[in-house]
Amino acid sequence: MLRYLIPIGLFAALVGFFFVSLHRDKETLPSALIGKTAPAFHLSSVQDPTKQVGTSDFAGHPYVLNIWGSWCIGCREEHAVLLQIAKRNEVPLFGLNWKDERDAAQQWLQQLGNPYTESAFDPEGRAGIDWGAYGAPETFLVDANGTILHKHVAPMTMEIWEREFLPRLRQAGAQRQ
Amino acid sequence: MRKPPRRKSLLAQSLCGSLLALTLTLFMQFAHAIDTEAVFPDNPELRQRYDYLIHQLRCLQCRSETIADSNATLAADFRRQVRESLAAGKSNEEILKFMTDRYGDYVLYNPPFKPLTWLLWSAPVLLILIGGTCAGIVVVRRSHLPDNDSPDLNPDELDQGAS
Repeated sequence: MLRYLIPIGLFAALVGFFFVSLHRDKETLPSALIGKTAPAFHLSSVQDPTKQVGTSDFAGHPYVLNIWGSWCIGCREEHAVLLQIAKRNEVPLFGLNWKDERDAAQQWLQQLGNPYTESAFDPEGRAGIDWGAYGAPETFLVDANGTILHKHVAPMTMEIWEREFLPRLRQAGAQRQ
Repeated sequence: MRKPPRRKSLLAQSLCGSLLALTLTLFMQFAHAIDTEAVFPDNPELRQRYDYLIHQLRCLQCRSETIADSNATLAADFRRQVRESLAAGKSNEEILKFMTDRYGDYVLYNPPFKPLTWLLWSAPVLLILIGGTCAGIVVVRRSHLPDNDSPDLNPDELDQGAS
């Protein structure tokens, strides 16, 4: 009896493994930076080349870093959601304009609206690499101590904002008080 | 009288074919020389380390390629990162750690041997051991079975069995 049960059992285990793997998300990589200090950068502002903006502008305050580019289709997709989030005034949105051209980026903000308190201009993608970015859009939640709490790869939606970002933001705020 | 023109066109065809093949081969070679040529031309040691490192890192836009083989812009950024770190005097370990600190172990084209991956690395050896043990057990068991080439069958009966 056992000699039949063992192969059947092994086969069932394999089928189970494949079935679970079918539904696993293999595209999104786990971020190595969650729980670590957000990498600092100082770059010129997209809209005002003479102005320096950077992570230190948000020292002591939680913020959301959103990596975007005018070439990025997913960014266009999420833009309305970002505008909506900005309007709720829960947390400042800091933009990192990644591997883009200044003209195109400025035009984007003018035409589609600007959800960001500031956007840093990173044409060579160095700050992006420092943040472990491998595509756009990517959205990070950083707490008041400068620690990365969460990362979302792919366009932001209101559901994801409510489910993954808001609770962490509230929890981080509650812990400080 | 119709034959000579046909022969000509055959010759032309084969000429065209070889030309096409030649052109394609040229392109194949270009596709592989991304930007490694101009890197550290005066420093063979750094050049060699650069070659090694870009074959160790995965392009995260294309996933199945190293940054040495990929034309993706992210791969170009990673190569620039490696070049600049080498020029700044960083060691191979420091450069790879810079990448894994930011992108996790997945950025390494060869997964490192650690508790999480020991099953992955030892799977080939384990499978050979398991298979070998099973084969061994079967062989030993069979060798204990009574000899089946029973001498009490005479050639006539064998023929009947075969037919």
